[in-house]
Amino acid sequence: MRVSRRAFFQGGVAAFAYSFAAPAILCRMAEAQGLSLRSLVVLDLTGGNDALSMLIPYTDSFYYGRRPTLAVPAGNVLQIGTDSSGVSLGLHPRLTGLKTIFNQGRMALIQRTGYQNSSRSHFLGTDIWSTANPANTQGPGWLGKYLDSLGGNLDPLVAWDTFSQTPHSLQANTVAVPSITDPSRYAFSSPNTDADAALERSTTARIASHVPVEQPHVSFVGAVAEDAMATLDRVATVAGYAPTVTYPNNGLGQALKAVAGAMAKGIGTKIFWVQSGGFDTHAAQQVNQTNGNYMNLMGTLNDGLLALYTDLSNQGLLSQSLILQFSEFGRRITENGSGGTDHGAASTLFAIGGNVRGGIYGTAPNLNPDPGNPTLENNGADVHYETDFRSVYARVIDNWLGADSLAVLGGDYKKSSLNFI
Amino acid sequence: MADQLMQHLLRRAGFGSTADELAYYGKFSFSGAVDALLNYDQVADDIDSKIGTPGYVGVTAQGPLQPNSNINHARQRWLFRMVHSERPLQEKMALFWHNHFATGYTKVQGGSTGGPDGTRLMAAKPSEDPAQQLGQIELFRQYALGNFRDLLLEVAKDPAMSIWLDGRTNTKAQPQENFGREIMELFTMGVGNYTEPDVYAAARVFTGWNYSFTGGRGDGTGKYAFVFNQNQHETSAKTFSFPIYSDGGKTIPARTTSQGMQDGIDFINALAASPNTARYLAKKLIPVDRLAGTYLSSSFNMRSVMRELFLSPQFGDGASYFGRYAWPAEFVARAIKEVGWAGYTLSDAVTALGNMGQVLFEPPDVAGWDLGQTWFSSGTMLARMNLGSTLTSNQRFNLRDAAKPYGKTPDALLSWMLDRLPMADLDSAMYNDLRSFLTGSGSWTGSDAQLLVKASGLAHVILAAPQYQFM
Repeated sequence: MRVSRRAFFQGGVAAFAYSFAAPAILCRMAEAQGLSLRSLVVLDLTGGNDALSMLIPYTDSFYYGRRPTLAVPAGNVLQIGTDSSGVSLGLHPRLTGLKTIFNQGRMALIQRTGYQNSSRSHFLGTDIWSTANPANTQGPGWLGKYLDSLGGNLDPLVAWDTFSQTPHSLQANTVAVPSITDPSRYAFSSPNTDADAALERSTTARIASHVPVEQPHVSFVGAVAEDAMATLDRVATVAGYAPTVTYPNNGLGQALKAVAGAMAKGIGTKIFWVQSGGFDTHAAQQVNQTNGNYMNLMGTLNDGLLALYTDLSNQGLLSQSLILQFSEFGRRITENGSGGTDHGAASTLFAIGGNVRGGIYGTAPNLNPDPGNPTLENNGADVHYETDFRSVYARVIDNWLGADSLAVLGGDYKKSSLNFI
Repeated sequence: MADQLMQHLLRRAGFGSTADELAYYGKFSFSGAVDALLNYDQVADDIDSKIGTPGYVGVTAQGPLQPNSNINHARQRWLFRMVHSERPLQEKMALFWHNHFATGYTKVQGGSTGGPDGTRLMAAKPSEDPAQQLGQIELFRQYALGNFRDLLLEVAKDPAMSIWLDGRTNTKAQPQENFGREIMELFTMGVGNYTEPDVYAAARVFTGWNYSFTGGRGDGTGKYAFVFNQNQHETSAKTFSFPIYSDGGKTIPARTTSQGMQDGIDFINALAASPNTARYLAKKLIPVDRLAGTYLSSSFNMRSVMRELFLSPQFGDGASYFGRYAWPAEFVARAIKEVGWAGYTLSDAVTALGNMGQVLFEPPDVAGWDLGQTWFSSGTMLARMNLGSTLTSNQRFNLRDAAKPYGKTPDALLSWMLDRLPMADLDSAMYNDLRSFLTGSGSWTGSDAQLLVKASGLAHVILAAPQYQFM
């Protein structure tokens, strides 16, 4: 008996209740999604970015008092003005490219973003940001729910994960998002040649397309394999992309190059996922030293994003691109004895794009450790959130992706002052 | 027909089985085979001496293999053990503990005193190291089926862990929370079973837990050894939200500096004895209700826990055969065992494993790898398919020769190959696809030329199939 994968999953097999399965029915090409395709690039800084070293309240004396070795000297920050509460702010000195983008009015920084009772666990925190649900982190991610809301037989390349394991945010019920770390390696090889190799490929694709009804786990892997076989040829076109700039030769830089390539080749991808790691800076954070750990983290971030911004701009693709950065939490305000910072709460996130209304959104924390300080929590140890992160998601869903944030997020998190896009 | 239960056991307690291994374990009853696997200390631990000798899978190095000081070579040695060890359960548990206490080479290397020391801290075998350094993976092999409380204590003292989770910078003046948090969240009780103040208290418990370094820096001869630095220990009382002592007491008392190490030992004892830890570990092993009870009643004896697991009705149930998503390392080791290895080098497998999402000694973070379905994305699935291509291409003459007695008909060849590369019962659609692959390009002659193409191609298509990705 042949059963379509869609009918099979909609049948509600219990073993699949919390899994992320994929009816990979081929293959709506980009034309169905129109020429004015908008892309969202989500950038996850994994490990918990120390946002106070990225966007610096350089006139707050407590910043210097609580960070005797980690604070950036006021003279070194890249000043970008004041926020609505009058606090002067500056970018980390290594973020010269982002400063240029900010000056062009294409970068929005959203301060004190987070949620009530912020988790200090990397893993629970990441799950909360992924599902947009602090109360229950099971089930599809927020981007997965957006993809599910598109309905119909989705082209697997509607989203592209540049990391090797599908992040929770992109786990969906109706599509298995492909993970493509390197387009040139995304190919099917064979021990044989010519017709024999072609027969191996077609046999592999046919086996993947079967749905063993009694074996949902096999069916899941089959869906993934089917997606792989179905996307090979289009991804191969991206491998041949010739960018207009040289991207940094590191993980983030090469991932962003693939993103630009996929946009330029018009393969129909709406959501891209990129990440940059190493932000769990408990020790030897080295914010100020040349080639220090945090200095290098900022360098990787700056150089990769500047390359992407410039390339997209040169390709005429900037106006249809939005880059949204986040991290699972900010870090403790007071530095620890290891020259680092421990897990904290709210942090700053930013958005970049041709349609972004640049500027500084929200207000900076006052770093006075007084337990009564309303901008802090945990007895003045950590930054307290001001903007619920789901309000940022809602803005992106409603105003960029053109979907309904109430349906995707399961609640009304709209915040009209958050009009960065 | 091979004993399916025995094959199942050898997949779960090891990395699959060669014909020789099936014959060896086939001499035992099922419970006898379980005991033989559990009591591996009665089997010689000499498999490393076979590296580079004929009859075994190959390794590649410029010059001699240096698995105690070169991380790529260490990866090849570990894969060699997975493929050929006569103590398969020991290697399986080492992999389990490596994922459980997930420690990454790159940070350890960066935090060491340079040169080959990162590899030494991760993988050195004391008997082969100039300073008898014990690498973390050897710790996991040593305690593979030992007492979990003892293992936890050794991990807390392990220099690689001290670098990885910054314990070495945990000072009296400014306690460092990284290790204190993760020992509760990821190594024992699990998230939700402790509070933020518990994290701060745990950090203070481990103040002063550090290591000393003596000898040559960066030249591979120095020695890293645990030391309790009492001058950096914070001596005041530490109160937790959960019991530390068997009388229900939740406060570790204030102690003198010289007695301060006992704080950490008391805390580790409490974590090991927590019912939450029992549930957390059992859940990672197999969802069998009794395991958590066995863990506690045996005083954390992992050999007892694993014996209970293998002899449980759930384990032996035919429905559980091929029910577990194979980790990339398991997939690779099993494929090599089943397809063949003469002339294949593990350096190819090391590269392929990276594309599949599992670089040994480099888990993505302290939580280890995301298991189960998360192993599978289209990119990692293609990497599995392509490992299959490289391996079967390398083995195609061996496969042709082995296939000759079964080459008379496509069905005979298919039956032979399915015995060699077993999967869960195939439905007729898949069987017909495999058969069509053999008959699809012209008439069947069974000639050497045809077998060369068809045996390797069939093995490749099977390794690339969803059904083969399970253990």
